[in-house]
Amino acid sequence: MGAVGTGVPRKEAKDKVTGNIKFVGDYISPGLMHARLVTGTYAHALLKNIQTAAAWRVPGVKAIVTGKDCSFLTGAYLEDRPPLAADKVRYYGEPVALVVADSELAAKQGAEEVRIEYEPLPAVNSVHDALRPGAPRIHENLGEYRRVKPVFPETNSNIADRVKVRKGDMGKGWAGSEITVEASFHLPQSDHVAMETRCVRAEIAPDGRVTIHSSSQAPFVIRKLISRYFLIDTGKITVIVPAVGGSFGGKAAVQLELLAYMASQAVGGRQVKLVNTREQEIISSPGRIGLDAEVRLGATKEGQLMAAEITYLVDGGAYSDIGAVMTKSIAADCTGPYKIDNVQCDALCVYTNHPYTTSYTGFGHASYTFAIERTLDMLAKKLKMDPWQLRRMNAIAPGDTSPTLTGLTTSNLGDTGKCLDRVKQLINWDEGQVVTGQDGKIRAKGLSALWKTSSTPTDARSGAILTFNPDGSLNIGVGAVEIGQGSKTNLAVMAAERLKMDVGKVHVMMEVNTHAHPEHFKTVASMTTFMAGRAVLEACDDIIHQLLSMASIVLRCSPEDLDVAGGRVFLTDNPNMYVDITELVHGYKYENGNSIGGQVIGRGSYIMRHLTEMDPETGKGNVGPGWTVGAEAVEVEFDPGDFTYKMLKAVAVLDAGKVINPRIAQAVVMGRMNMGLSLANREGLIYSGSGVVENASLRDYKIMRFAEQPQYTVEFIETPQIDAPYGARGLGEHGLIGMPAALGNALSAAARVELNQLPLLPETIWSVKEGRP
Amino acid sequence: MFQMLDIGPLELNVNGEKRTVVARPADTLLYALREHLGLTGTKNACETGDCDVCTVLIDGWPVKSCHMLAVEAVGHQVNTIEGIKGSPVQTAFLAKEAFQCGYCTPGYIVTAHALLTLHPDAEDEVINEWLAGNLCRCTGYQEIKEAVLMALGR
Ligand code: FES
Ligand code: FES
Repeated sequence: MGAVGTGVPRKEAKDKVTGNIKFVGDYISPGLMHARLVTGTYAHALLKNIQTAAAWRVPGVKAIVTGKDCSFLTGAYLEDRPPLAADKVRYYGEPVALVVADSELAAKQGAEEVRIEYEPLPAVNSVHDALRPGAPRIHENLGEYRRVKPVFPETNSNIADRVKVRKGDMGKGWAGSEITVEASFHLPQSDHVAMETRCVRAEIAPDGRVTIHSSSQAPFVIRKLISRYFLIDTGKITVIVPAVGGSFGGKAAVQLELLAYMASQAVGGRQVKLVNTREQEIISSPGRIGLDAEVRLGATKEGQLMAAEITYLVDGGAYSDIGAVMTKSIAADCTGPYKIDNVQCDALCVYTNHPYTTSYTGFGHASYTFAIERTLDMLAKKLKMDPWQLRRMNAIAPGDTSPTLTGLTTSNLGDTGKCLDRVKQLINWDEGQVVTGQDGKIRAKGLSALWKTSSTPTDARSGAILTFNPDGSLNIGVGAVEIGQGSKTNLAVMAAERLKMDVGKVHVMMEVNTHAHPEHFKTVASMTTFMAGRAVLEACDDIIHQLLSMASIVLRCSPEDLDVAGGRVFLTDNPNMYVDITELVHGYKYENGNSIGGQVIGRGSYIMRHLTEMDPETGKGNVGPGWTVGAEAVEVEFDPGDFTYKMLKAVAVLDAGKVINPRIAQAVVMGRMNMGLSLANREGLIYSGSGVVENASLRDYKIMRFAEQPQYTVEFIETPQIDAPYGARGLGEHGLIGMPAALGNALSAAARVELNQLPLLPETIWSVKEGRP
Repeated sequence: MFQMLDIGPLELNVNGEKRTVVARPADTLLYALREHLGLTGTKNACETGDCDVCTVLIDGWPVKSCHMLAVEAVGHQVNTIEGIKGSPVQTAFLAKEAFQCGYCTPGYIVTAHALLTLHPDAEDEVINEWLAGNLCRCTGYQEIKEAVLMALGR
């Protein structure tokens, strides 16, 4: 009856292919009110006046909310963002007002009638602009903002946070380096482009109870923030999240929920729906960080890495949100999976007048990995060494330490070397990195190794409540959201395995309800299987204990003599003597009516163990429960005539610890690889000189399309993480992390030029090759 | 041709049933299907004609419902994902794990279903052309291609 490792289809599969699955926006009701955002049209400007008279004249408009109506600032680590801009706008597309009406149309027409007067200010259009002496200040009161968690904004600057990592002795490192290489990198901001745009409904009952429906990865954070800012007891707030139509980290940010609450409040608590247009989704709601990086690596002549000096400048946009957390995460894993004893890294979360940013698949790792892995290829060239060999000999291994000095073991790290070995075979590396065809086209390959730990809060927690139906089937109650990653199915698989029951008899619910389900930190960082998995397994053990003790009375034996499997509790030495669990799960009833036991309810919980904050001076700290390591490669066919290229193959080998569900694991990793190539090949927000985003639509912001994808191969190796459920490491987003770097390395080799920026459009390659700016 | 000057009743033929909706002349078919008929299987991801998530079938041909007015659908057979039951495309999508979040899935299934009906012998080039408009952010497209090939019997 083993379920783990067998390839179980998604529980919600049928609903998804028949149009039956319901997302937040699929709730239709005539009584629903509609809110529409009015957004700023400057990247940086003082708000002089907001005229609403014309908007009020639109029939159906019931309320207009502006920044004057909300007196608080919000933020994940640093409270620096007004939910509606009050005195000034700090990015193009920032929400300024909210029009609430009795129809979608009236709300839209009302929003178009709101007139805003601005006094434009000089826009800070890049991280370098932001750090220049005398740069315009984006946050005048930076020093006064409330810090919710450890974060170090620098007064009188545009620096929201600075994270330092100091390992070993740089003097020694450079002294031992016979060869050094240095490079700088530029990666633009981009967008998640989840197909479902963010959508929220909010209502306030007459007794003050608040209900929020949201397409979110963080229902419990929504509850916390609604409570904090509107002074409502958490117990009076219910947040409900149904299936989510893609999120990729973007829906972990809390933004529209606060606005929808205010909209509902403005119309006497009636239910209000607020949904982003695609344009608002791209510019008004938070996207993905940009990164400028400087990397200097030193090595011996034989290729042993001796020193790394790194600066990461994160373009977090106008507000810090999760940008500051990602800056920490990037710094903590700053070198990639390589053994380097002397490391100095400064990572800064920088304010610009760009859209603000939040978590994104890979949590910043794809960005810095591009910088590190490109530098490694440049180093290999200088060393006249095979780039694979350079990576292989420096691959981090048990016994080494991470940049933040966490001791690495087989369990918490996995096997980077093995991943590299397998990728080398799969991409046929030995054929040669660059092969020129008869037609003049160049086939080239690029490599990247990768790693990532979770960077969750040190007290991140999860829980599970398991109940039975009279037919003996099991219900799993967890607070983790189904965002397409298949985690609900994976939890069912783990429960079925532990209880030795048919996975078809394990039911999951797409919906998360903060009132009914135990708290789960957030559905992020590929941590659901780990955290909720641990909780579910504990709850299963709790169930087994209850079943055995009840059955031991019925079967008149010791619980130690019993086992559970296939819907029965039986004598291990004589399985013919058993009691069906349907007779136990709601209490056992004797023939004379006497009953014992009561309902079997499984209870499990998990809290992160041994995590610490990073030391502000050295970065020393333990930031995650374990790493997922891997290696990836891309093969392209490049036309040196016009700099166009085709992506032929992409390969990923990840150390999964244990693959719980091969079907879903393969699919999810492949999807993230596709996203990584899309990012690297074509994506990025484009700004005018004054910071206006010029590609805020799916027509102008292109993502990879059907038939443009290369042939994907995904393989896993399994080095169990001992404290993880069935040994399974975090898995999913890792597929994305090495893709931009591998593509960059392949194209740099093909075009014989160092491509240190994204996106890698043919024009980019041409302009670098021709030495144009 | 049916003319419409103000808000009023429209008779639509949706999934083989006659349905009356009270719509504005400017209401899109997407809006009418979702908001007036509660057929929320058809999704909206851009409303600018750039993603094909909103695809429905008009007389068997895939059309972006965000780019068609409800009034234009009068006199035509409209089929949505809810009206496509037991299509081999659905079975193939299940078999090939060709979806993750499922938000783009109705658009793909509807488009591929039309392809199957209109071009049962479609070669690669035709398949690629037919599906190039549908955006998906979750999958690697490879599994969608495999599913479509499977539905086509290959
Ligand atoms: S919603 Fe119609 S094409 Fe995107
Ligand atoms: S499955 Fe999520 S967008 Fe395609």
